[in-house]
Amino acid sequence: MGSVLVVVEHDRGSPAPATLEAMTAARTLAGQTGVDVEALTIGAAADDIAAELGAYGAAVVHRVHHELLDDYGPEAWGEVIAQAVVALGPSVVLATGTDRGNEFMAQAAARLDAPFCANVTEFRRGETFEVTRVRWGGSLLESATVTADVHLASVAHHSTDASPAETPSAAALSTLTVTLDPSVARTRIVARVEREAGVTLATAPVVVGGGRGVGSADGFAALQELADELGGIVGCSRAVTNNGWRNHTDQVGQTGTRIAPDVYFACGISGAIQHWVGAMASKHIIAVNTDPQANMVTKAGYAVIADLHEMIPAITEEIRRRRAG
Amino acid sequence: MKRVPAPGAKINVTADGRHVDTANLGFTMSPHEECAVEAGAQLVEQHGGEATVLTLGPVEAEEQVRYAVSVGMQRGVVLPITDDDWDPQRTARAITAAVGELEAADGPFDLLLFGNESADSGGFQVGIRVAHALGRPMVNGAKGLTVADGVAHVEREADAGREAYELPLPAVVGVKEGLNLPRYPTMRGRLASKKAEVATIEPTGEPGGLVTDRLQSPPERVSQTVVLGHGPDAAPAVVDVLEEIGVL
Ligand SMILES: Cc1cc2nc3c(=O)[nH]c(=O)nc-3n(C[C@H](O)[C@H](O)[C@H](O)COP(=O)(O)OP(=O)(O)OC[C@H]3O[C@@H](n4cnc5c(N)ncnc54)[C@H](O)[C@@H]3O)c2cc1C
Repeated sequence: MGSVLVVVEHDRGSPAPATLEAMTAARTLAGQTGVDVEALTIGAAADDIAAELGAYGAAVVHRVHHELLDDYGPEAWGEVIAQAVVALGPSVVLATGTDRGNEFMAQAAARLDAPFCANVTEFRRGETFEVTRVRWGGSLLESATVTADVHLASVAHHSTDASPAETPSAAALSTLTVTLDPSVARTRIVARVEREAGVTLATAPVVVGGGRGVGSADGFAALQELADELGGIVGCSRAVTNNGWRNHTDQVGQTGTRIAPDVYFACGISGAIQHWVGAMASKHIIAVNTDPQANMVTKAGYAVIADLHEMIPAITEEIRRRRAG
Repeated sequence: MKRVPAPGAKINVTADGRHVDTANLGFTMSPHEECAVEAGAQLVEQHGGEATVLTLGPVEAEEQVRYAVSVGMQRGVVLPITDDDWDPQRTARAITAAVGELEAADGPFDLLLFGNESADSGGFQVGIRVAHALGRPMVNGAKGLTVADGVAHVEREADAGREAYELPLPAVVGVKEGLNLPRYPTMRGRLASKKAEVATIEPTGEPGGLVTDRLQSPPERVSQTVVLGHGPDAAPAVVDVLEEIGVL
């Protein structure tokens, strides 16, 4: 049986944090059948990551260098992975369950005409190869059987805690040669706008979220004031984005941003599962809702049964009073 | 475009664990595809031409196809299936064949738009497989899309910031929610959608290697909610909590 090969996701040499989760999942899976974990790094910029991969259990790191690989490109990466599978004969190939990881794995799967399982939380390897994977953005789990010569999967982010190997190895380095047709350069990054520094929805310590209950775009002014008072940021539900009250960049949920603040104020939000999957990693949730039966109220750690239009200004005022006090 | 259950607060599974229990759910277009349809309508408004909406799904998916016509698509195609979920390889094979059939009759599409991933299965791959089979460039996750001089300019978000791609047409783009704000149908649109002809193409394609055995809800996180009070008088109690957990 072939090795478990991990494709290392990185951006011009900066590894994606989730890559170490994939390495950890790969070690568990490889342990089930006593095979090695190997890693594949694409592009010379990734060479520096090799040492760390040994600490996470990689026996060999296969490096690929090519002039078309100095920056990310989905077709080039898919082609490299497909050629690595043919050259190295792994039985399983894993990557991160990020947008990029899912993209290059799907590109590779298309080239190999092999199945690809996105966002797997559990692997079972016996007579058959079985996976549990995330569906509906996390509201359902699917158990599936995969029949293939090579099993391609991505590891759902946060489903495995990244932990180093008990006996770290100095990974052996090897260089893998690939042939890339210039046509793969059709899908290369031609320009970038770096993100401005500062808090984002994904990193903010406090998020004040508003839902349909806010009632209008203007209604968000009070939420913004509370957010400013706490050094936080405003979020919203899809009902709000659909009404055009806020930009989609503020949307929390399955098709929005996943947040993990210290506190999430969920104001006038019912707590539909698609919203909840984006909010559930919050350390504390304070729901403000007129309906005591709302899902958000029953799931939150704290709740206030109140009209948000009265409640939010009252909270802001109380904070100011104590600060002045 | 994929027809998916429009969720209530909770998605339940049927007793045999094989399907989503749709008894109390309506149906809708998968959200990323809703934005793909809007993008198609806008491109036709800007550049002329025609946009076709295609779905693989139960015959009832004609409802979503007609909705797409009501918001700006000119033609509709359904690839009817009876079992409720084809695996991604099989779905991609059927769509590739159907696109081939449509292109043989009317010439190549300049652009094929897909959702980044379908809301229900979340496979992240059908569009990419179709693009590869047709030999066309493909980028997923588009949150910006314009077309000029035979090139599709695509922007998307990444950890480090926004990144831009330029794909020579014909190309394939996977669209993410947030690209645009989908419009609502007008009265004229609704009438057009009633009259529109929706074509049927029999889907073909061998099954792939992924077989769903069971669906289940993840374990419930039970939370003992502390109700801090009713009405604005509860403000001090809320601020006490903020102090306790150290954000104040
Ligand atoms: C595939 C798919 C993906 C989706 N992705 C997302 C996503 O990423 N994010 C997301 O949010 N949704 C998403 N949705 C939509 C989701 O299912 C819900 O429709 C949406 O979250 C509901 O938003 P809401 O809670 O603001 O509105 P509602 O469900 O209408 O709830 C409004 C709440 O406000 C309360 N309220 C009303 N007035 C007041 C008041 N004055 N004071 C206090 N409370 C008040 C009501 O009691 C109610 O609980 C998705 C749906 C689908 C199909």
